[in-house]
Amino acid sequence: MWELIQNSIYAGILISIAIGIIGSLIVINKASSITGSIAHGSFGGVGIGMFFGINILFSTSIFTIFLAILLSIVTIKFKHRQDSLISVIWALGMSIGIIFVSLTPGYHSDLMSYLFGNILLIENQDLLMMFGVDILLLISIILLYNRFLLMSYDKEFLFLRGINANLLYTYFLILTALTIVMSVRAIGIILILALFTIPPIIAEKFTKKFYSMMILSAILSAIFITSGILISANYDISPTPVIVMISSLALFLSMLKK
Amino acid sequence: MNALEVKHLYFKYENDWVLEDINFSLKDKEFMAIIGPNGGGKTTLLKIILGFLKPTKGEVLIYNKNPLENRHLIGYVPQYTNFSLDVPITVFDIVLQGRIKKGKFFYSKEDKKIALETLERLNLLEFKDRKIKDLSGGQRQKVLIARALATNPKILIMDEPTSAIDMKGQKEILNLIESLKITRVVVSHDIKILLRKVDKIAYIHKKAVVHEGPKLNIPKDVHFCEIELIDFLKVENVGTDTK
Repeated sequence: MWELIQNSIYAGILISIAIGIIGSLIVINKASSITGSIAHGSFGGVGIGMFFGINILFSTSIFTIFLAILLSIVTIKFKHRQDSLISVIWALGMSIGIIFVSLTPGYHSDLMSYLFGNILLIENQDLLMMFGVDILLLISIILLYNRFLLMSYDKEFLFLRGINANLLYTYFLILTALTIVMSVRAIGIILILALFTIPPIIAEKFTKKFYSMMILSAILSAIFITSGILISANYDISPTPVIVMISSLALFLSMLKK
Repeated sequence: MNALEVKHLYFKYENDWVLEDINFSLKDKEFMAIIGPNGGGKTTLLKIILGFLKPTKGEVLIYNKNPLENRHLIGYVPQYTNFSLDVPITVFDIVLQGRIKKGKFFYSKEDKKIALETLERLNLLEFKDRKIKDLSGGQRQKVLIARALATNPKILIMDEPTSAIDMKGQKEILNLIESLKITRVVVSHDIKILLRKVDKIAYIHKKAVVHEGPKLNIPKDVHFCEIELIDFLKVENVGTDTK
């Protein structure tokens, strides 16, 4: 049993560290719809990778970073229409993916694993990428903690302190994109948003400081993912929906606290 | 040296002139109120002074330099209602954010000392570990003033600092602003600010009517309507740069 789930437990812990950091930043920056747009749009990178026969992790990374930069420009330059434009990019990325997948000959057996993920099928190569992104996230949050926190509620003040708030916001979206890419095979494009945001939303209720919110999010996320893995391995069901069900239940229970 | 100079300032949004030929200046440590109706251009003027917007014509100087070059001298206090403060952050951490600087990633002991002293000065020390969202409107506004003061500014610019705050809170904030020994600019649509010891008043409604001190003698029980206020400023404004 342990050998079967070993990699998935490691992946769960590595993803939880990322959710603790980037998920909390997504929640305090109210960037859920942008994250949804990057996550769903990343399917374009999957399609391009399949069509051209290049490493899908590589094509998805490049494509999602491109989407993150595009979304950053759109939200900064076209504030009054950002909602609609975020949805357009969401659909555009998916459409590009669907077109390229349709043009790729043969049966695409691993397509479902990108859409819905399967943490039980994680390989060493995926773990390596997760580890690398986690290190990048940890370094970034240690160095930019104060700036990220101020950016979440007052970009103008950040500007007056001589910091380029737009550049910082773009960097935050690029980190979000990389976290999405590292989690896609484990969680899947469709359900990634729920898993990224539920633990921080719960943690926010019980913490006074942002760093404690990040730590609690990571712990909650690890608990949800590990229990989801154990249940799905025992009952042979897809793990991501089980993890989302557990997380959602915890979220509703936490809402009882005023 | 003037702390703030606005020279022949024009601003056009799409095809409409929002500000036309605005002129005034403010000396070091003076207190100025920028008043006027909503939609009259006050906020646009504020954004230009802060360097967030570029003027169509004319210029703004903060201590003889472009606002962007001297933005480190500006302490800005936005309206607390402008953003949601449900981020998990304590009062102390917000004030400490006033010490954020380009090229510096961590707070020093000195930064923490300054933040604590500022909290003490503004009687906010007892709230230092509270979440900002657990405070009243007046207290939140004071925290934002504390954050601006922690930057050690030469000029403090405040946007509607008494808006959406109860009477007691308003009085407290205005007393605090009055007591500060730095250059202050308050943008407000509430003309009660004129009952305070302001050195200069600019009434902005596309153009500017500027009154230079001494303090206006407005009886406390008088409530001006806008037109009366403009007339009053014009009559009072003998020998100053009325536009």
